[in-house]
Parts: sequence; structure tokens; C-alpha cells
Amino acid sequence: MTTFPKDSILVLIETTPSGELARSAAGLLGAAARVGTPVALLVGESATAAAASEAAGAIGAKHVLTADPEGGASQLAVPVVDALAAAAALVHPDAILLSNSVNGRDVAGRFAARTRSALAVDAVGISRDEEGIVAHHSVYGGAYSVDCAPTFGAPVITVREGSIDDRAEAASPETTALDVPPSGVPAASIQSFEAQAVVSNRPELRGAAKVVAGGRGLTSQEQFALVDQLADVLGAAVGASRAAVDAGWVPNSYQVGQTGISVSPQLYVALGVSGAIQHRAGMQTAKTIVAINKDPDAPIFEIADFGVVGDLFDVVPQLIASLSARKE
Amino acid sequence: MKIVVLMKEVPDTYGERKLNLETGLADRGASDAVLDEIGERALELALSRAASIDNAEITVVSMAPETATTTLRKALAMGADRLVHIADVNLVGADLGLTAEVLAAAIRRTGFDLVIAGNLSTDGYGGVLPAMIAELLGVPYASALASVDIAGDRISGTRETDGGVMTVAAALPAVISITERFPAGRFPNFKGIMAAKKKPVETLTAADLDIDPEALDTPRSIMLAVSERPARAAGTKIVDEGDAGEKLAEFLIQNRLA
Ligand SMILES: Cc1cc2nc3c(=O)[nH]c(=O)nc-3n(C[C@H](O)[C@H](O)[C@H](O)COP(=O)(O)OP(=O)(O)OC[C@H]3O[C@@H](n4cnc5c(N)ncnc54)[C@H](O)[C@@H]3O)c2cc1C
Ligand SMILES: Nc1ncnc2c1ncn2[C@@H]1O[C@H](COP(=O)(O)O)[C@@H](O)[C@H]1O
Repeated sequence: MTTFPKDSILVLIETTPSGELARSAAGLLGAAARVGTPVALLVGESATAAAASEAAGAIGAKHVLTADPEGGASQLAVPVVDALAAAAALVHPDAILLSNSVNGRDVAGRFAARTRSALAVDAVGISRDEEGIVAHHSVYGGAYSVDCAPTFGAPVITVREGSIDDRAEAASPETTALDVPPSGVPAASIQSFEAQAVVSNRPELRGAAKVVAGGRGLTSQEQFALVDQLADVLGAAVGASRAAVDAGWVPNSYQVGQTGISVSPQLYVALGVSGAIQHRAGMQTAKTIVAINKDPDAPIFEIADFGVVGDLFDVVPQLIASLSARKE
Repeated sequence: MKIVVLMKEVPDTYGERKLNLETGLADRGASDAVLDEIGERALELALSRAASIDNAEITVVSMAPETATTTLRKALAMGADRLVHIADVNLVGADLGLTAEVLAAAIRRTGFDLVIAGNLSTDGYGGVLPAMIAELLGVPYASALASVDIAGDRISGTRETDGGVMTVAAALPAVISITERFPAGRFPNFKGIMAAKKKPVETLTAADLDIDPEALDTPRSIMLAVSERPARAAGTKIVDEGDAGEKLAEFLIQNRLA
């Protein structure tokens, strides 16, 4: 039987239905490697394939546990929680890390409640002190930094996607297949799933180095294409204000802000975004902020490093032409 | 059908929100307190469906300081039937685990067929409480729903995840959480405000729920340190005179951002 290092950090890695590791995996393992030995848990039928274990090893998993619990594909969260409980009982980790995704939070919440573990969510960093694992948070839109730790026991921590730059060294992991006793806890059932088509090879918004975001000032879905065009010239991800999402011009997953995604890119370009406090909460930690808005009093200018008071339909095409010309 | 709506009092996001640098807790004096917008959407969902549900009774359950009563009464004015308010000085600064235990106990005491929560509150960095509560109650949890169908003893709906859209279903009793794609809460009218004055409000302490907030046998998450980031300052601002696009291109190139 495998023994696990004393400083094991158990990492739940989400997999896509086709068995690929979720994008969040490398950051989670990177964070784990900083404070201990990363032990990855892969759940699902496709996760039991050798290729999945190898992929987890390539991004730093020293050990891989695989599980294919009953109901894994047809029920929400509970089968994964059952697998995580079995893994934690085997590994006795110093901490358990999950992605702060919708699924990750559902699993973390249920698992922490079931095992009465201390829970910290949306961490942007992990460290270790003499007492154990510490989670670092960025609160109120990055206005505050808060460090949390459990009174005792291994904490359960969800990690904000795209917030960890550390990457773990590749390893050749030993793989253990887990036996998962079903808990019998009632779960919601999955009736169908429609994967969102990946429409472009633009960078993912979470963790992107550059973001171009559009707001109500774009006035229509057709005109919003201007945001895409500038993003492509800059090699940036596309984001949006809640007003643009509510108008149906872009999917929900584009929303930046308080109740959307938090980004900290090198460059954030806000087009036709007023800079409401709830929008700023998701982007004000960007290194450089550029704003184009025709209202000189728009609050976005209070935090912009370079602000242009002007009509975005004049300024942006000229900017694109100018950047394209210089690239040649 | 007994519907419980979980609502929270939060600092108004339109104002400057502050953390007390000594306690790490929200500085309640620094900004106005309001009902969290997502909670109002959750209540709106319950109110809008109540007419088509047999014997619908809507109870708002909230854990919040005593001073939150006025804020929470707005939920009654919007149309909720009753309020269960857990207020206890020993619960100030409660971590997620303790909050979930308290809310689950209050929900159980109230009785429920369907619990409706928001997917994410605007003050915590949470989005986990409904899952924790579902586990403690031993019921299904359908999270992050963008649409909901309540029929008989079943709920179904579409769920937004990162990878796509899922259709999910659960037998009642169950917990669900909704996203802000649901319509905003209605404004209370005069009639509602008057009616609210006569609606039952139950105030509970942790002891009423058989919970000892100071028990040391369960691990709790504690704050070790809090620090404030310096505020951002504005930089250059130019008015477009026909060449702002070129000037901006220049700025981006000079700063190696393009
Ligand atoms: C609890 C809560 C949570 C929220 N969460 C979020 C969130 O996560 N993300 C978010 O974005 N919002 C959020 N909001 C909403 C937020 O308050 C604003 O309503 C929203 O951000 C406004 O979006 P906007 O800037 O696109 O629109 P507006 O505020 O309408 O601004 C449009 C701007 O475009 C400018 N403009 C118009 N035409 C042009 C043109 N031709 N050229 C240049 N400029 C032009 C206008 O001057 C204006 O400043 C939240 C609100 C609440 C209450
Ligand atoms: N103190 C509280 N009282 C009642 N409901 C709460 C409380 N905290 C959180 N909730 C519910 O849980 C949802 C998610 O909150 P959170 O986990 O804090 O993001 C909220 O939208 C509420 O419905």
C-alpha cells in the first residue's frame, strides 16, 4: 500500500467529459507544490485513463488517485464529494485544494460541511507557516488583503482561477485507484449538458495578461465586434460589463466585476464602460488601465492610467489601424 | 409548499466598503447596509411563483446583527410571509462553517420544501453556503441556476457552469441557488409596507438553535492578518482631437503593452 508524504496537499483536479484536465489544474498543483507534496485526485470514467494521470504528472502531481464513483456522470457534486472523502481519509493531507469554479465550490462546500473542516474560498495565494497552511485573499475588489488559517485540522481551500503563477516541476506519478463507498446523500441529477463551443483561440479571460472589455457604450451586439477586433490586435481576452451581458451581447462568462470574474492583467482596456464601483471591483488590480469614454466625468477615469475622452467608434478604429500599421 | 429564502444584509456596493483593520470584520459604520441584491432576486423568484404553488408560504431566514431588522423588514414589505432573524453577538465574525450550521438549524426548525439562495453574496468571497447547508440538511442542491421550473414535488432548471449549460433536476425537499440572470426584486409599495408591520418576525439566538458558537471541537477559519492596499490614482487623461487613437497606440507601444 502506498504511503503518502506527511506534507501531502490533496488537489481535486476537474476533468472535461473527454478526459482532459481543466485549465485550473496547473495553478492548483503549482500552489500545492509551494507548500508541500501535490497529490492529485482525478474523478470520472475518463479520469481513470493512464493519459489523465500522465497529464497530471506533467504539471506536477507526485501521486495520482483516480476514482470512478457511482453516479459520477449523472449527479451533481455528491459523487465527487464521496471520492474526495475517500481520498482525504487515505492521504491525511495538510490541506485540500480545489478550483473556485461553480463545481469546485459545490464540492468544497459539501465536503467541508460533511467533514467539519475549516473552509476558505477564493484564495489568490497559499503559504505555510509554523502552524500550517495559510490562505491569502483579495477582498472588496482588491482593496484589502486578508490571510486566514484554520484553528486546527487541514483546511479546505478553493483557489481563484488564473491567480497562481507558480508552476510545479513535472513528475512521474504513482497512480492508485480509489474505492469509493457511496454516501447515499441525495443529489440533483444531470439531465443534459450542452458544452459551450469554444469560438476563438483568444486567451481565457481568467488569468489573461491583457483584457479588452466592452460596456453599454458599444450599443449593440454587432458593434460589440469592435471589442473583439481590438482584443485580437492586442492578443487580449474579451470581457464585458454587466450591462453588456444583460443586454445579451455576450455570454455571462464574460462579465468582469463584483459578481463576475476578477482579473488582474498587465493591461485592461475599458471601452464604453462607465466604471461603476461593482465593475471596478473586478479589475482595479490591473497593472495598467486604459479607458475610452465620451463622458469626461465617467468614474473609470479615476483609476485609468491613460484615459481618452472621446467617441470609441472614432478612437478604437484609429487605434487598431495605428497598431496594425506599426506591426508591419 | 414551504419556501425558505436565504437573504443577507450587506454593505451597499455603491458605497465605499471598509474592513476594520484590527478585527478584519466589515466596518458597518462605513457604509449603508442593504439587502443583498441577489437575495432580492431569490425572493422575487419565490414571490412570482407563489400564486401557482399550493399553499405557498415564504419565510425569509437571515443571520445578521440585531441592527439589521429594519433592512430585513423590506423583505416582508416586498411580500414574504414571515421572517426568521438569527441575531447573536456571539455570531459576529462567524466563519462559513458556523454560519452554515446556524442557517441549516434555523431552516430545519422552520420546516422547508424548497430553500432558495443567491449563488454568491457581494460581501463575502463565498458562494459556498448553499452547498454547505444542503449537505447539513441532507438534501439535493442545484446550484447557479439561470432558470427554474417548480412543478409538484420537483424542481428543474438550467445551470451555468464554466464549460457550458446543464439541465438539472431534483426531488423536493431541496436547496437551489440562482444567478443574477433572474429578474431584480420588486419595489415594496405602500400597501406592502403597511402589511409588513403585522407579519410575524421571529428573533433567534444561537442557543435557541442548540449551537454553541464558542465550542472548540470544530475547526474554524480565523483571520490572521488584514492589510489595505493603497488606492489607485488617475494618470493621464486626454480629450480626443482626432488623433487620440494614435496617441493611445503610442502609449501602449512605449509601455510594451502592444
Ligand atoms: C450587487 C451588484 C453587483 C453588480 N455586479 C457587477 C459586475 O460584476 N460587473 C459589472 O460590470 N457591473 C456590475 N453591476 C452593475 C453596475 O452597477 C453597472 O450598472 C454596470 O457596470 C454598468 O455597465 P456599463 O458601464 O457598461 O454601462 P453604463 O454605466 O451605462 O456606462 C456606459 C458608458 O459608455 C459611455 N459611452 C456611451 N457611448 C459611448 C461612445 N460612443 N464612446 C465612448 N463612450 C461611450 C457612457 O459615457 C457611459 O459612461 C452590479 C450592480 C450591483 C447592484
Ligand atoms: N448570513 C446569511 N443569512 C442568510 N443567508 C445567507 C447568509 N449568508 C449567505 N446567505 C445565503 O447564501 C447565498 C450565498 O452566499 P455566500 O456563500 O456568502 O456567497 C446568499 O446569496 C444567501 O442566499
